[in-house]
Amino acid sequence: MLDSSRRASILRLVEGPQTMGRGPGFWTGFGLVLLGAIAYPFFADSYDVGNNVYFFNWLFMAMGLSLIWGYGGALSFGQTAFFGVAGYSYGVLTINLGDAYGLTLLSLVLAVGISALFAAILGYFLFFGRISGVFLGIVTLSVTLVLERFMAQTAGPQWAIGAARLNGFNGMGAMPSLTIPWFGGDITLYPDVALYYVTLALLVVVYLGLRILVNSRFGNVIVAIRENPMRAEMLGYDIRKYQLATFVIGSALAGLSGVLYTSWGNYITPASMGMTAASLPIVWVAVGGRTDLTTTMIGTLAVLVIFQSLTIHGSQYALIVMGALLVITVLVAPKGIVIALVDLFRRRRSRQEGGA
Amino acid sequence: MAILETRQLNKRFGGLHVTGNVDFALQPGEMHCLIGPNGAGKSTFFKLILGEHLSDSGQILYDGADITRAKPFERIRRGISVKFQVPGIFRELSTRQNLTIALQHHVSPQVLSEEIDRLLEFLKLADDRDKQAGNLSHGQKQWLEIGMAVALKPQLLLLDEPTAGMTPDETYATGAMLQDLNRAGMTVLAVEHDMAFVRQIAHQVTVLHLGKIFAQGTIDEIVADERVAAIYLGESDA
Repeated sequence: MLDSSRRASILRLVEGPQTMGRGPGFWTGFGLVLLGAIAYPFFADSYDVGNNVYFFNWLFMAMGLSLIWGYGGALSFGQTAFFGVAGYSYGVLTINLGDAYGLTLLSLVLAVGISALFAAILGYFLFFGRISGVFLGIVTLSVTLVLERFMAQTAGPQWAIGAARLNGFNGMGAMPSLTIPWFGGDITLYPDVALYYVTLALLVVVYLGLRILVNSRFGNVIVAIRENPMRAEMLGYDIRKYQLATFVIGSALAGLSGVLYTSWGNYITPASMGMTAASLPIVWVAVGGRTDLTTTMIGTLAVLVIFQSLTIHGSQYALIVMGALLVITVLVAPKGIVIALVDLFRRRRSRQEGGA
Repeated sequence: MAILETRQLNKRFGGLHVTGNVDFALQPGEMHCLIGPNGAGKSTFFKLILGEHLSDSGQILYDGADITRAKPFERIRRGISVKFQVPGIFRELSTRQNLTIALQHHVSPQVLSEEIDRLLEFLKLADDRDKQAGNLSHGQKQWLEIGMAVALKPQLLLLDEPTAGMTPDETYATGAMLQDLNRAGMTVLAVEHDMAFVRQIAHQVTVLHLGKIFAQGTIDEIVADERVAAIYLGESDA
Protein backbone atom coordinates (compact mmCIF):
# COMPACT_ATOMS: atom_id res chain seq x y z
CA MET A 1 0.00 0.00 0.00
CA LEU A 2 2.68 2.39 1.09
CA ASP A 3 4.73 1.49 -1.94
CA SER A 4 1.99 2.31 -4.39
CA SER A 5 1.23 5.63 -2.71
CA ARG A 6 4.92 6.48 -2.70
CA ARG A 7 5.12 5.55 -6.37
CA ALA A 8 2.15 7.79 -7.09
CA SER A 9 3.74 10.72 -5.27
CA ILE A 10 6.98 10.22 -7.22
CA LEU A 11 5.06 10.14 -10.49
CA ARG A 12 3.29 13.37 -9.57
CA LEU A 13 6.70 15.08 -9.61
CA VAL A 14 6.71 14.80 -13.40
CA GLU A 15 4.99 18.17 -13.14
CA GLY A 16 6.21 20.88 -10.85
CA PRO A 17 7.67 24.32 -10.41
CA GLN A 18 10.98 23.42 -12.07
CA THR A 19 9.41 22.45 -15.40
CA MET A 20 7.55 24.96 -17.54
CA GLY A 21 5.29 22.52 -19.36
CA ARG A 22 2.27 21.84 -17.16
CA GLY A 23 -1.36 20.91 -17.33
CA PRO A 24 -3.58 19.17 -19.88
CA GLY A 25 -2.57 21.53 -22.69
CA PHE A 26 1.08 20.66 -22.37
CA TRP A 27 0.55 16.93 -22.05
CA THR A 28 -1.79 16.90 -25.04
CA GLY A 29 0.95 18.58 -27.03
CA PHE A 30 3.49 16.14 -25.67
CA GLY A 31 1.27 13.20 -26.66
CA LEU A 32 0.78 14.58 -30.17
CA VAL A 33 4.51 15.14 -30.70
CA LEU A 34 5.22 11.64 -29.41
CA LEU A 35 2.55 10.17 -31.70
CA GLY A 36 4.09 12.06 -34.59
CA ALA A 37 7.50 10.69 -33.70
CA ILE A 38 6.10 7.17 -33.48
CA ALA A 39 4.28 7.52 -36.78
CA TYR A 40 7.22 9.06 -38.63
CA PRO A 41 8.86 5.77 -39.76
CA PHE A 42 5.59 4.72 -41.43
CA PHE A 43 5.81 7.67 -43.78
CA ALA A 44 9.52 7.91 -44.34
CA ASP A 45 12.23 5.94 -46.02
CA SER A 46 13.92 3.65 -43.47
CA TYR A 47 17.32 4.94 -44.58
CA ASP A 48 16.31 8.47 -43.65
CA VAL A 49 14.78 7.26 -40.39
CA GLY A 50 18.08 5.59 -39.47
CA ASN A 51 20.03 8.70 -40.41
CA ASN A 52 17.82 10.94 -38.35
CA VAL A 53 18.52 8.94 -35.20
CA TYR A 54 21.64 11.09 -35.32
CA PHE A 55 19.61 14.00 -33.93
CA PHE A 56 18.23 11.96 -31.07
CA ASN A 57 21.72 10.82 -30.10
CA TRP A 58 22.74 14.32 -29.05
CA LEU A 59 19.69 15.11 -26.98
CA PHE A 60 20.88 13.13 -23.96
CA MET A 61 24.02 15.23 -23.79
CA ALA A 62 21.96 18.40 -24.15
CA MET A 63 19.62 17.39 -21.35
CA GLY A 64 22.63 16.55 -19.20
CA LEU A 65 24.02 20.03 -19.80
CA SER A 66 20.64 21.55 -19.04
CA LEU A 67 20.77 19.76 -15.69
CA ILE A 68 24.33 20.83 -14.85
CA TRP A 69 24.25 24.35 -16.24
CA GLY A 70 20.60 25.35 -16.59
CA TYR A 71 19.36 23.87 -13.34
CA GLY A 72 22.59 23.65 -11.32
CA GLY A 73 24.19 26.87 -12.55
CA ALA A 74 27.60 25.29 -13.21
CA LEU A 75 28.81 25.95 -16.75
CA SER A 76 30.52 22.73 -17.80
CA PHE A 77 32.44 22.90 -21.04
CA GLY A 78 33.33 19.26 -20.65
CA GLN A 79 30.27 17.36 -21.89
CA THR A 80 32.29 16.21 -24.91
CA ALA A 81 34.98 14.75 -22.64
CA PHE A 82 32.46 12.31 -21.19
CA PHE A 83 30.94 11.77 -24.62
CA GLY A 84 34.38 10.77 -25.90
CA VAL A 85 35.37 8.67 -22.91
CA ALA A 86 32.15 6.68 -23.15
CA GLY A 87 32.34 6.42 -26.94
CA TYR A 88 35.89 5.11 -26.92
CA SER A 89 35.12 2.84 -23.97
CA TYR A 90 32.21 1.36 -25.87
CA GLY A 91 34.48 0.80 -28.87
CA VAL A 92 37.24 -0.86 -26.89
CA LEU A 93 34.80 -3.04 -24.93
CA THR A 94 32.72 -4.23 -27.87
CA ILE A 95 35.69 -4.84 -30.17
CA ASN A 96 37.13 -7.07 -27.45
CA LEU A 97 33.93 -8.65 -26.17
CA GLY A 98 31.99 -8.99 -29.41
CA ASP A 99 28.28 -8.58 -29.91
CA ALA A 100 26.89 -11.95 -28.81
CA TYR A 101 24.93 -12.66 -25.60
CA GLY A 102 23.90 -9.05 -25.14
CA LEU A 103 27.50 -8.04 -24.46
CA THR A 104 27.05 -4.79 -26.38
CA LEU A 105 24.36 -3.83 -23.88
CA LEU A 106 26.72 -4.65 -21.04
CA SER A 107 29.35 -2.55 -22.82
CA LEU A 108 26.88 0.32 -23.02
CA VAL A 109 26.30 0.17 -19.28
CA LEU A 110 30.01 -0.16 -18.53
CA ALA A 111 30.97 2.66 -20.90
CA VAL A 112 28.42 5.03 -19.36
CA GLY A 113 29.64 3.86 -15.94
CA ILE A 114 33.23 4.70 -16.87
CA SER A 115 32.25 8.20 -17.96
CA ALA A 116 30.28 8.62 -14.72
CA LEU A 117 33.27 7.47 -12.67
CA PHE A 118 35.51 9.88 -14.54
CA ALA A 119 32.98 12.65 -13.85
CA ALA A 120 32.89 11.68 -10.18
CA ILE A 121 36.67 11.94 -9.85
CA LEU A 122 36.94 15.21 -11.77
CA GLY A 123 33.83 16.61 -10.08
CA TYR A 124 35.17 15.73 -6.64
CA PHE A 125 38.19 17.95 -7.15
CA LEU A 126 36.12 20.70 -8.76
CA PHE A 127 33.31 20.94 -6.24
CA PHE A 128 35.05 19.89 -3.05
CA GLY A 129 37.81 22.31 -4.09
CA ARG A 130 35.07 24.98 -4.36
CA ILE A 131 35.87 25.79 -7.97
CA SER A 132 32.99 27.65 -9.55
CA GLY A 133 32.00 30.16 -12.18
CA VAL A 134 34.30 30.75 -15.09
CA PHE A 135 37.06 28.57 -13.59
CA LEU A 136 34.80 25.56 -13.75
CA GLY A 137 34.33 26.24 -17.46
CA ILE A 138 38.07 26.62 -18.01
CA VAL A 139 38.98 23.41 -16.20
CA THR A 140 36.32 21.31 -17.91
CA LEU A 141 37.24 22.73 -21.33
CA SER A 142 40.90 21.96 -20.66
CA VAL A 143 40.04 18.38 -19.77
CA THR A 144 38.20 17.76 -23.02
CA LEU A 145 40.97 19.41 -25.08
CA VAL A 146 43.64 17.35 -23.32
CA LEU A 147 41.68 14.20 -24.09
CA GLU A 148 41.39 15.23 -27.74
CA ARG A 149 45.13 15.88 -27.98
CA PHE A 150 45.90 12.63 -26.25
CA MET A 151 43.68 10.51 -28.47
CA ALA A 152 44.96 12.27 -31.59
CA GLN A 153 48.48 10.96 -30.99
CA THR A 154 47.48 7.32 -30.56
CA ALA A 155 48.07 6.45 -34.22
CA GLY A 156 50.85 3.88 -33.72
CA PRO A 157 50.22 0.16 -33.34
CA GLN A 158 51.42 0.33 -29.73
CA TRP A 159 48.21 2.21 -28.92
CA ALA A 160 45.86 -0.71 -28.70
CA ILE A 161 43.76 -2.14 -25.90
CA GLY A 162 43.34 -5.83 -26.62
CA ALA A 163 42.11 -6.09 -30.17
CA ALA A 164 41.06 -2.46 -30.32
CA ARG A 165 43.40 -0.04 -32.10
CA LEU A 166 42.87 3.55 -30.99
CA ASN A 167 44.02 4.85 -34.40
CA GLY A 168 44.93 8.41 -33.44
CA PHE A 169 43.47 11.26 -35.39
CA ASN A 170 41.66 8.98 -37.82
CA GLY A 171 39.52 7.64 -35.04
CA MET A 172 38.38 4.22 -34.02
CA GLY A 173 35.97 2.28 -36.19
CA ALA A 174 34.47 -1.12 -36.85
CA MET A 175 33.01 -1.60 -33.39
CA PRO A 176 29.75 -3.57 -33.46
CA SER A 177 26.40 -1.84 -33.16
CA LEU A 178 24.20 -2.34 -30.12
CA THR A 179 22.64 -5.78 -30.35
CA ILE A 180 19.63 -7.02 -28.41
CA PRO A 181 19.52 -10.77 -27.78
CA TRP A 182 16.11 -12.05 -28.92
CA PHE A 183 14.38 -15.39 -29.20
CA GLY A 184 14.31 -15.66 -32.98
CA GLY A 185 17.87 -14.37 -33.30
CA ASP A 186 19.71 -11.23 -32.18
CA ILE A 187 18.38 -7.85 -33.25
CA THR A 188 21.24 -5.67 -34.36
CA LEU A 189 20.45 -1.99 -34.09
CA TYR A 190 21.80 -0.67 -37.39
CA PRO A 191 20.73 2.87 -38.25
CA ASP A 192 17.26 1.74 -39.09
CA VAL A 193 13.70 1.76 -37.78
CA ALA A 194 14.39 -0.53 -34.81
CA LEU A 195 17.21 1.70 -33.58
CA TYR A 196 14.95 4.71 -34.07
CA TYR A 197 12.31 3.27 -31.76
CA VAL A 198 14.81 2.12 -29.13
CA THR A 199 16.46 5.56 -29.05
CA LEU A 200 13.08 7.30 -28.98
CA ALA A 201 11.95 5.15 -26.05
CA LEU A 202 15.20 5.86 -24.20
CA LEU A 203 14.73 9.55 -24.87
CA VAL A 204 11.20 9.57 -23.44
CA VAL A 205 12.31 7.63 -20.35
CA VAL A 206 15.28 9.95 -19.71
CA TYR A 207 13.20 13.08 -20.32
CA LEU A 208 10.43 12.03 -17.93
CA GLY A 209 12.95 10.74 -15.40
CA LEU A 210 14.79 14.06 -15.42
CA ARG A 211 11.51 15.95 -15.02
CA ILE A 212 10.85 13.92 -11.89
CA LEU A 213 14.40 14.54 -10.68
CA VAL A 214 14.31 18.32 -11.10
CA ASN A 215 10.93 18.62 -9.38
CA SER A 216 12.03 16.45 -6.47
CA ARG A 217 13.63 17.65 -3.24
CA PHE A 218 16.98 17.08 -4.92
CA GLY A 219 15.92 19.34 -7.80
CA ASN A 220 14.82 22.04 -5.38
CA VAL A 221 18.26 22.07 -3.83
CA ILE A 222 20.22 22.20 -7.09
CA VAL A 223 18.11 25.13 -8.28
CA ALA A 224 18.65 26.81 -4.92
CA ILE A 225 22.41 26.38 -5.36
CA ARG A 226 22.18 28.03 -8.78
CA GLU A 227 20.26 30.96 -7.32
CA ASN A 228 22.35 31.50 -4.19
CA PRO A 229 24.93 28.91 -3.12
CA MET A 230 25.71 30.60 0.18
CA ARG A 231 22.06 30.73 1.19
CA ALA A 232 21.61 27.09 0.20
CA GLU A 233 24.56 26.08 2.34
CA MET A 234 23.26 28.21 5.21
CA LEU A 235 20.04 26.24 5.11
CA GLY A 236 22.09 23.22 6.12
CA TYR A 237 22.75 21.61 2.74
CA ASP A 238 26.17 20.23 1.91
CA ILE A 239 26.06 21.85 -1.50
CA ARG A 240 29.24 20.13 -2.70
CA LYS A 241 27.50 16.77 -2.64
CA TYR A 242 24.53 18.06 -4.58
CA GLN A 243 26.77 19.73 -7.15
CA LEU A 244 28.81 16.58 -7.56
CA ALA A 245 25.75 14.36 -7.97
CA THR A 246 24.31 16.75 -10.56
CA PHE A 247 27.59 16.82 -12.44
CA VAL A 248 27.86 13.03 -12.47
CA ILE A 249 24.29 12.53 -13.72
CA GLY A 250 24.64 15.19 -16.42
CA SER A 251 28.03 13.90 -17.52
CA ALA A 252 26.80 10.31 -17.63
CA LEU A 253 24.07 11.48 -20.00
CA ALA A 254 26.81 12.90 -22.24
CA GLY A 255 28.40 9.45 -21.97
CA LEU A 256 25.14 7.87 -23.09
CA SER A 257 25.15 10.17 -26.11
CA GLY A 258 28.72 9.07 -26.81
CA VAL A 259 27.82 5.38 -26.76
CA LEU A 260 24.71 5.84 -28.90
CA TYR A 261 26.63 7.94 -31.41
CA THR A 262 29.51 5.46 -31.61
CA SER A 263 27.16 2.50 -32.02
CA TRP A 264 25.07 4.37 -34.58
CA GLY A 265 28.00 5.31 -36.82
CA ASN A 266 30.40 2.53 -35.76
CA TYR A 267 32.94 5.27 -35.46
CA ILE A 268 34.43 7.78 -33.02
CA THR A 269 37.23 10.31 -33.48
CA PRO A 270 39.23 12.62 -31.22
CA ALA A 271 37.56 15.57 -32.96
CA SER A 272 34.40 14.69 -31.03
CA MET A 273 36.21 16.08 -27.98
CA GLY A 274 37.77 19.11 -29.70
CA MET A 275 37.11 22.80 -29.33
CA THR A 276 34.34 22.97 -31.92
CA ALA A 277 32.55 19.93 -30.59
CA ALA A 278 32.87 21.18 -27.01
CA SER A 279 31.31 24.54 -27.76
CA LEU A 280 28.31 23.29 -29.74
CA PRO A 281 26.36 21.85 -26.77
CA ILE A 282 26.59 25.26 -25.11
CA VAL A 283 24.93 26.80 -28.17
CA TRP A 284 22.19 24.15 -28.35
CA VAL A 285 21.02 24.52 -24.77
CA ALA A 286 21.52 28.29 -24.53
CA VAL A 287 19.46 29.00 -27.64
CA GLY A 288 16.38 27.03 -26.57
CA GLY A 289 16.53 27.91 -22.88
CA ARG A 290 18.83 25.95 -20.63
CA THR A 291 16.76 26.30 -17.46
CA ASP A 292 14.04 23.99 -18.72
CA LEU A 293 14.30 20.45 -20.07
CA THR A 294 11.59 20.90 -22.70
CA THR A 295 12.95 24.14 -24.13
CA THR A 296 16.41 22.56 -24.14
CA MET A 297 15.07 19.67 -26.23
CA ILE A 298 13.22 21.94 -28.65
CA GLY A 299 16.17 24.31 -29.01
CA THR A 300 18.72 21.53 -29.45
CA LEU A 301 16.68 19.75 -32.13
CA ALA A 302 16.06 23.00 -33.99
CA VAL A 303 19.69 24.08 -33.88
CA LEU A 304 20.93 20.62 -34.90
CA VAL A 305 18.58 20.50 -37.88
CA ILE A 306 19.58 24.01 -38.98
CA PHE A 307 23.26 23.23 -38.53
CA GLN A 308 22.95 19.96 -40.42
CA SER A 309 21.12 21.43 -43.38
CA LEU A 310 23.59 24.31 -43.58
CA THR A 311 26.47 21.85 -43.70
CA ILE A 312 24.77 19.54 -46.19
CA HIS A 313 23.89 22.36 -48.52
CA GLY A 314 27.50 23.26 -48.74
CA SER A 315 27.60 26.33 -46.58
CA GLN A 316 31.01 26.68 -45.02
CA TYR A 317 29.58 29.22 -42.68
CA ALA A 318 27.56 26.84 -40.52
CA LEU A 319 29.83 27.36 -37.54
CA ILE A 320 29.77 31.12 -37.95
CA VAL A 321 25.97 30.97 -38.00
CA MET A 322 26.12 28.96 -34.75
CA GLY A 323 28.37 31.57 -33.16
CA ALA A 324 26.10 34.37 -34.33
CA LEU A 325 23.09 32.50 -32.96
CA LEU A 326 24.73 32.28 -29.55
CA VAL A 327 25.61 35.97 -29.55
CA ILE A 328 22.09 36.96 -30.61
CA THR A 329 20.59 34.73 -27.93
CA VAL A 330 22.79 36.19 -25.23
CA LEU A 331 21.98 39.74 -26.31
CA VAL A 332 18.28 39.46 -27.15
CA ALA A 333 16.95 36.55 -25.11
CA PRO A 334 19.50 35.61 -22.47
CA LYS A 335 17.17 33.01 -20.95
CA GLY A 336 16.81 31.33 -24.34
CA ILE A 337 14.63 31.98 -27.36
CA VAL A 338 11.94 29.39 -26.63
CA ILE A 339 11.59 30.59 -23.03
CA ALA A 340 11.40 34.21 -24.22
CA LEU A 341 8.63 33.29 -26.66
CA VAL A 342 6.69 31.42 -23.97
CA ASP A 343 7.02 34.43 -21.62
CA LEU A 344 5.84 36.76 -24.38
CA PHE A 345 2.84 34.54 -25.11
CA ARG A 346 1.91 34.31 -21.41
CA ARG A 347 2.21 38.03 -20.90
CA ARG A 348 0.04 38.75 -23.93
CA ARG A 349 -2.58 36.27 -22.79
CA SER A 350 -2.71 37.64 -19.25
CA ARG A 351 -3.01 41.15 -20.68
CA GLN A 352 -5.93 40.01 -22.87
CA GLU A 353 -7.57 38.35 -19.88
CA GLY A 354 -6.99 41.48 -17.84
CA GLY A 355 -8.55 43.64 -20.57
CA ALA A 356 -11.60 41.42 -21.05
CA MET B 1 25.96 27.37 30.20
CA ALA B 2 26.27 29.79 27.33
CA ILE B 3 24.70 28.68 24.04
CA LEU B 4 27.46 30.40 22.10
CA GLU B 5 30.89 31.26 23.37
CA THR B 6 34.05 32.54 21.74
CA ARG B 7 37.40 32.34 23.50
CA GLN B 8 40.30 34.54 22.45
CA LEU B 9 39.01 34.58 18.88
CA ASN B 10 41.39 36.16 16.36
CA LYS B 11 41.23 36.94 12.67
CA ARG B 12 43.67 38.91 10.57
CA PHE B 13 43.40 40.00 6.95
CA GLY B 14 46.95 40.81 5.98
CA GLY B 15 48.10 43.42 8.47
CA LEU B 16 44.57 44.23 9.57
CA HIS B 17 43.53 42.72 12.89
CA VAL B 18 39.77 42.54 12.31
CA THR B 19 38.89 40.35 15.26
CA GLY B 20 41.16 40.69 18.29
CA ASN B 21 41.02 38.25 21.21
CA VAL B 22 37.26 38.35 21.42
CA ASP B 23 35.78 36.63 24.48
CA PHE B 24 32.06 36.62 24.02
CA ALA B 25 29.26 34.63 25.63
CA LEU B 26 25.61 34.47 24.72
CA GLN B 27 23.06 33.06 27.16
CA PRO B 28 20.17 30.89 25.96
CA GLY B 29 16.96 32.87 25.50
CA GLU B 30 18.79 36.18 25.21
CA MET B 31 18.19 38.83 22.56
CA HIS B 32 21.56 40.36 22.02
CA CYS B 33 22.55 43.18 19.68
CA LEU B 34 26.00 43.80 18.32
CA ILE B 35 26.72 47.40 17.45
CA GLY B 36 29.73 49.44 16.47
CA PRO B 37 30.89 51.92 13.86
CA ASN B 38 31.68 50.83 10.32
CA GLY B 39 34.74 48.63 10.18
CA ALA B 40 34.37 47.55 13.80
CA GLY B 41 34.52 43.91 12.76
CA LYS B 42 30.86 43.00 13.30
CA SER B 43 30.43 41.22 9.98
CA THR B 44 33.71 39.37 10.30
CA PHE B 45 32.72 38.22 13.76
CA PHE B 46 29.47 36.85 12.27
CA LYS B 47 31.33 35.14 9.48
CA LEU B 48 33.62 33.47 11.98
CA ILE B 49 30.64 32.15 13.92
CA LEU B 50 29.09 30.84 10.71
CA GLY B 51 32.27 29.35 9.32
CA GLU B 52 32.35 31.55 6.23
CA HIS B 53 35.78 32.60 7.52
CA LEU B 54 37.98 30.42 9.68
CA SER B 55 39.67 32.03 12.65
CA ASP B 56 43.47 32.28 12.94
CA SER B 57 43.34 31.28 16.59
CA GLY B 58 40.89 30.93 19.42
CA GLN B 59 37.82 28.81 19.91
CA ILE B 60 34.13 28.89 19.12
CA LEU B 61 31.84 26.75 21.28
CA TYR B 62 28.25 26.09 20.45
CA ASP B 63 26.13 24.35 23.06
CA GLY B 64 29.34 23.14 24.67
CA ALA B 65 30.76 21.64 21.44
CA ASP B 66 33.81 23.02 19.68
CA ILE B 67 32.74 24.20 16.22
CA THR B 68 35.83 26.30 15.47
CA ARG B 69 36.73 24.29 12.32
CA ALA B 70 33.25 22.98 11.42
CA LYS B 71 31.88 23.55 7.92
CA PRO B 72 29.09 26.14 7.61
CA PHE B 73 26.36 23.56 6.87
CA GLU B 74 27.46 21.51 9.88
CA ARG B 75 26.99 24.53 12.13
CA ILE B 76 23.53 25.08 10.65
CA ARG B 77 22.62 21.47 11.33
CA ARG B 78 23.60 21.95 14.97
CA GLY B 79 20.92 24.60 15.36
CA ILE B 80 22.36 27.92 14.17
CA SER B 81 20.54 29.86 11.45
CA VAL B 82 21.31 33.13 9.75
CA LYS B 83 19.73 36.01 7.89
CA PHE B 84 22.23 37.86 5.73
CA GLN B 85 22.52 41.59 5.33
CA VAL B 86 21.73 41.60 1.61
CA PRO B 87 18.55 39.52 1.32
CA GLY B 88 19.82 36.02 0.59
CA ILE B 89 16.85 34.58 -1.22
CA PHE B 90 16.37 32.48 -4.34
CA ARG B 91 15.29 35.29 -6.63
CA GLU B 92 14.00 33.33 -9.62
CA LEU B 93 11.92 30.99 -7.48
CA SER B 94 8.51 31.70 -5.98
CA THR B 95 8.02 32.69 -2.36
CA ARG B 96 6.54 29.25 -1.75
CA GLN B 97 9.51 27.45 -3.29
CA ASN B 98 11.91 29.52 -1.21
CA LEU B 99 10.19 28.31 1.94
CA THR B 100 9.90 24.75 0.62
CA ILE B 101 13.66 24.55 0.21
CA ALA B 102 14.17 25.80 3.74
CA LEU B 103 11.67 23.35 5.20
CA GLN B 104 11.98 20.19 3.15
CA HIS B 105 14.89 18.53 4.91
CA HIS B 106 13.26 18.38 8.31
CA VAL B 107 9.53 18.53 7.61
CA SER B 108 7.73 15.47 6.25
CA PRO B 109 6.01 15.89 2.87
CA GLN B 110 2.59 15.29 4.48
CA VAL B 111 2.74 18.45 6.60
CA LEU B 112 5.03 20.53 4.37
CA SER B 113 2.16 22.38 2.77
CA GLU B 114 0.52 23.28 6.10
CA GLU B 115 3.85 24.40 7.48
CA ILE B 116 4.44 26.65 4.47
CA ASP B 117 0.98 28.19 4.84
CA ARG B 118 1.64 28.88 8.49
CA LEU B 119 4.94 30.59 7.71
CA LEU B 120 3.39 32.61 4.88
CA GLU B 121 0.75 33.82 7.30
CA PHE B 122 3.34 34.66 9.95
CA LEU B 123 5.44 36.58 7.41
CA LYS B 124 2.40 38.37 5.94
CA LEU B 125 3.30 36.96 2.54
CA ALA B 126 0.24 34.78 1.98
CA ASP B 127 -0.95 36.88 -0.96
CA ASP B 128 2.44 36.72 -2.63
CA ARG B 129 3.04 32.99 -2.34
CA ASP B 130 3.36 32.48 -6.10
CA LYS B 131 5.26 35.68 -6.81
CA GLN B 132 8.87 35.42 -7.93
CA ALA B 133 10.88 36.23 -4.83
CA GLY B 134 13.01 38.68 -6.79
CA ASN B 135 9.87 40.76 -7.43
CA LEU B 136 8.91 41.18 -3.77
CA SER B 137 9.39 44.55 -2.12
CA HIS B 138 12.61 45.06 -0.20
CA GLY B 139 10.95 44.65 3.18
CA GLN B 140 9.15 41.51 2.02
CA LYS B 141 12.43 40.02 0.82
CA GLN B 142 13.91 40.65 4.25
CA TRP B 143 10.94 38.97 5.88
CA LEU B 144 11.08 36.05 3.49
CA GLU B 145 14.69 35.46 4.39
CA ILE B 146 13.93 35.73 8.09
CA GLY B 147 11.19 33.18 7.43
CA MET B 148 13.66 30.84 5.71
CA ALA B 149 16.09 31.20 8.59
CA VAL B 150 13.35 30.60 11.14
CA ALA B 151 11.97 27.63 9.17
CA LEU B 152 14.97 25.61 10.31
CA LYS B 153 13.64 25.95 13.87
CA PRO B 154 17.05 27.09 15.10
CA GLN B 155 18.06 27.50 18.72
CA LEU B 156 20.19 30.47 17.75
CA LEU B 157 19.24 32.98 15.08
CA LEU B 158 21.91 35.31 13.72
CA LEU B 159 20.70 38.45 11.97
CA ASP B 160 23.00 40.75 10.01
CA GLU B 161 21.24 44.12 9.87
CA PRO B 162 17.76 42.60 9.58
CA THR B 163 16.03 45.94 9.12
CA ALA B 164 18.40 47.56 6.61
CA GLY B 165 16.34 49.51 4.10
CA MET B 166 13.05 49.01 5.91
CA THR B 167 10.53 51.73 6.67
CA PRO B 168 10.05 52.54 10.41
CA ASP B 169 6.77 50.59 10.40
CA GLU B 170 8.39 47.56 8.83
CA THR B 171 11.27 47.81 11.27
CA TYR B 172 8.90 47.85 14.21
CA ALA B 173 6.91 44.90 12.83
CA THR B 174 10.16 42.98 12.34
CA GLY B 175 11.09 43.64 15.94
CA ALA B 176 7.71 42.37 17.12
CA MET B 177 8.12 39.28 14.95
CA LEU B 178 11.50 38.56 16.52
CA GLN B 179 10.11 39.08 20.01
CA ASP B 180 7.45 36.45 19.25
CA LEU B 181 10.14 34.02 18.19
CA ASN B 182 12.20 34.81 21.26
CA ARG B 183 9.25 34.13 23.53
CA ALA B 184 8.99 30.74 21.82
CA GLY B 185 12.54 30.04 22.98
CA MET B 186 14.82 31.26 20.23
CA THR B 187 18.07 33.00 21.13
CA VAL B 188 18.79 35.98 18.88
CA LEU B 189 22.05 37.71 18.05
CA ALA B 190 21.71 40.69 15.71
CA VAL B 191 24.08 43.17 14.14
CA GLU B 192 22.11 46.38 13.87
CA HIS B 193 22.63 50.09 13.22
CA ASP B 194 19.10 51.27 13.94
CA MET B 195 19.14 52.33 17.62
CA ALA B 196 15.35 52.41 17.89
CA PHE B 197 15.28 48.80 16.84
CA VAL B 198 18.06 47.89 19.27
CA ARG B 199 16.11 49.58 22.05
CA GLN B 200 12.99 47.67 21.01
CA ILE B 201 14.46 44.17 21.13
CA ALA B 202 17.83 43.97 22.89
CA HIS B 203 18.23 42.55 26.40
CA GLN B 204 21.96 43.01 26.09
CA VAL B 205 24.16 45.08 23.81
CA THR B 206 27.79 44.55 22.88
CA VAL B 207 29.80 47.34 21.28
CA LEU B 208 32.63 46.27 18.99
CA HIS B 209 35.35 48.73 18.10
CA LEU B 210 38.47 48.02 16.04
CA GLY B 211 37.85 44.29 16.31
CA LYS B 212 37.64 44.24 20.09
CA ILE B 213 34.80 44.23 22.58
CA PHE B 214 34.60 47.83 23.70
CA ALA B 215 31.61 47.80 26.03
CA GLN B 216 28.76 45.56 27.12
CA GLY B 217 25.52 46.19 28.98
CA THR B 218 21.87 47.06 28.60
CA ILE B 219 20.94 49.64 26.00
CA ASP B 220 20.53 52.31 28.71
CA GLU B 221 23.99 51.59 30.10
CA ILE B 222 25.48 51.72 26.61
CA VAL B 223 23.73 54.97 25.74
CA ALA B 224 24.89 56.48 29.04
CA ASP B 225 28.50 55.45 28.39
CA GLU B 226 30.34 58.51 27.17
CA ARG B 227 33.20 56.51 25.69
CA VAL B 228 30.70 54.73 23.45
CA ALA B 229 29.10 57.99 22.47
CA ALA B 230 32.50 59.23 21.50
CA ILE B 231 33.26 56.37 19.11
CA TYR B 232 29.84 55.58 17.78
CA LEU B 233 26.71 57.37 18.83
CA GLY B 234 28.41 60.70 18.62
CA GLU B 235 29.05 60.10 14.94
CA SER B 236 25.42 59.59 14.07
CA ASP B 237 24.22 62.48 16.22
CA ALA B 238 26.66 64.87 14.67
